[in-house]
Amino acid sequence: MDQIIEQVSPTAELRTASKVRKSRWFRRDYQLYFLLMLPIVYFVLFKYVPMYGTAIAFQDYNLFKGISGSEWVGFENFTQLFAMSQFYQVVRNTLLLNLLDLLFSFPAPILLALLLNELRVVWFKKTAQTLLYLPHFISWIIIGGLVYQIFSNKGGLLNNLITSLGFEAVPFLTEKNHWLFVYLGTGIWQSAGWGTIIYLAALTGINRELYEAADVDGAGRWKKMRHITLPGIRSTIVVMLIMQLGHIMTIGFERPFVMGNTLVMDYSEVISTFVYKAGLQSAQFSLATAMGLFQAIVGLIFVVGANTIAKRMGEQGIY
Amino acid sequence: MTNSTATATRRKLSRVRPSDIAIMAVIGVAMLICLIPFLHIVAVSLSTKDAILSDRVTIWPQGWDWHAYEVVFSDSRMLRSMGLTIFLTVSFTIISMIMSICAAYPLTKERLKGRSFFMLIIVFTMFFSGGIIPDYLLIKQLGLLDSLWSLILPGMISAFNLIILRTFFSSIPESLEESAHLDGSSHIGTLIRIVLPLSMPVLATLSLFYAVSRWNGFMDALFYITNSELYPIQLKLYQVVMNSMVTDLTAQEGASQAELLPEGIKAASIMFATVPILLAYPWLQRYFVSGVMIGAVKG
Repeated sequence: MDQIIEQVSPTAELRTASKVRKSRWFRRDYQLYFLLMLPIVYFVLFKYVPMYGTAIAFQDYNLFKGISGSEWVGFENFTQLFAMSQFYQVVRNTLLLNLLDLLFSFPAPILLALLLNELRVVWFKKTAQTLLYLPHFISWIIIGGLVYQIFSNKGGLLNNLITSLGFEAVPFLTEKNHWLFVYLGTGIWQSAGWGTIIYLAALTGINRELYEAADVDGAGRWKKMRHITLPGIRSTIVVMLIMQLGHIMTIGFERPFVMGNTLVMDYSEVISTFVYKAGLQSAQFSLATAMGLFQAIVGLIFVVGANTIAKRMGEQGIY
Repeated sequence: MTNSTATATRRKLSRVRPSDIAIMAVIGVAMLICLIPFLHIVAVSLSTKDAILSDRVTIWPQGWDWHAYEVVFSDSRMLRSMGLTIFLTVSFTIISMIMSICAAYPLTKERLKGRSFFMLIIVFTMFFSGGIIPDYLLIKQLGLLDSLWSLILPGMISAFNLIILRTFFSSIPESLEESAHLDGSSHIGTLIRIVLPLSMPVLATLSLFYAVSRWNGFMDALFYITNSELYPIQLKLYQVVMNSMVTDLTAQEGASQAELLPEGIKAASIMFATVPILLAYPWLQRYFVSGVMIGAVKG
């Protein structure tokens, strides 16, 4: 062995040296790789295999033949999808609900945080936070139950109040425009309190001396908010806004699924619920996958775009 | 700060201005809006049938009737579902934490070869996914439909939680780990004896993140579980309560009322599924808030 190495040096020597170095780092870190093994298998199996599975969007997928046996059809599923009027409706609804959320649910935690920040009675502030954070921990199913109990036409708390005052019951959940308000309001109810945390943290980061200096100058509460507080949390607001803009095409499944009903489908049917109904309830796997893939790709473009804008503006970005 | 400005500030603090009252009033209304739905549901669950049918229940029970709870607690399927969900949540949380720790610790080591590649393939999954149908077909092919594994394995590691954990592990001084290495400790030994004991608060936070997401989630169960014996509590609640409510809402006049659940029992079922979260809430609040803070620092 020694002889051979001596004969074919110096390149072989280098090679052995690199091999020794390689085995040294592996010997040093093999436990780390061992720890990483299962998690990586997890990501490959449960995240990347489904990505490969989107191939069926380009197939006439047959459950029994699988991906390898099914017939390739190119963009036929997409052509079919883009020809459906329902496609435009669910995309419009997804954008509509997300944009309205952006308009109303986005400013809510900022306002709430600014108000909470002005509270100086400690026990009151603590109690307020405890109550305002609570809805974040409630599942959408339970929220759905609460919504029905309160907004239902017959026997709902709010309509009981309205009819007892002598007015007509309001079809909160059965007429689509009213439903939209309930959908938005529920979103604010669920997320506004929790959303304050990030802004409250940003607020505590503002230099106290600025406020003291403003006090000396005789600035009132409003002036201080405009010239110190808001500029102080500006970058947090921008980052949060950009993140939400990046997710404008992405909509969760649970909230529209629980809150929607057949009478308000014109607004409540969104991409995620459409994929569920077309794919899992009607077994149009290829069509539903095409819809999902369309959303994922447009969503990715939005996220990358939003992040690029954030970085251009000198903010940190999200990755 | 000099003495005089300190007293000036204190004087300012103690003076209550009208705008303070206004702000407290606005926050007070927000608090009530958060609270009233829960008070109402408790009131309905405890009221007598007559009071509910005549729409007299607001936020205080009319009459005092435990009947609805007796019905819920004697429903063996409901109890079974609750027991199953507790078991599921505990198993999911343990498995998820072990896997997250295993993934996060090696990725803090800068000299680890392939580290940035591993990070890339993990972070990419936060921005792109195959979607509902390919996920479903994978679970089907793995033979996990109608098995509790389908509610544990696919969501086992959250890339977001993983990054939080990695950030925290990185903040532990390298020197502590190095001295352990000099004493002959292996990587896994160091992880268990040095790193984990120093990370207890973040481990608690992430365990609660995983536990609450498992407790509240129902989308995967809706997709993957058809055997009603394996329904977690949220899905059970959806089948029992929400279906009845939606039927009630969208039913044409004259639809049979017999199929509908009494309001009191719906309310009691909702409370039944909510109480565990309320019981855990003091801890949830504390650790979740700190989790948001660590997550925000990640940048």
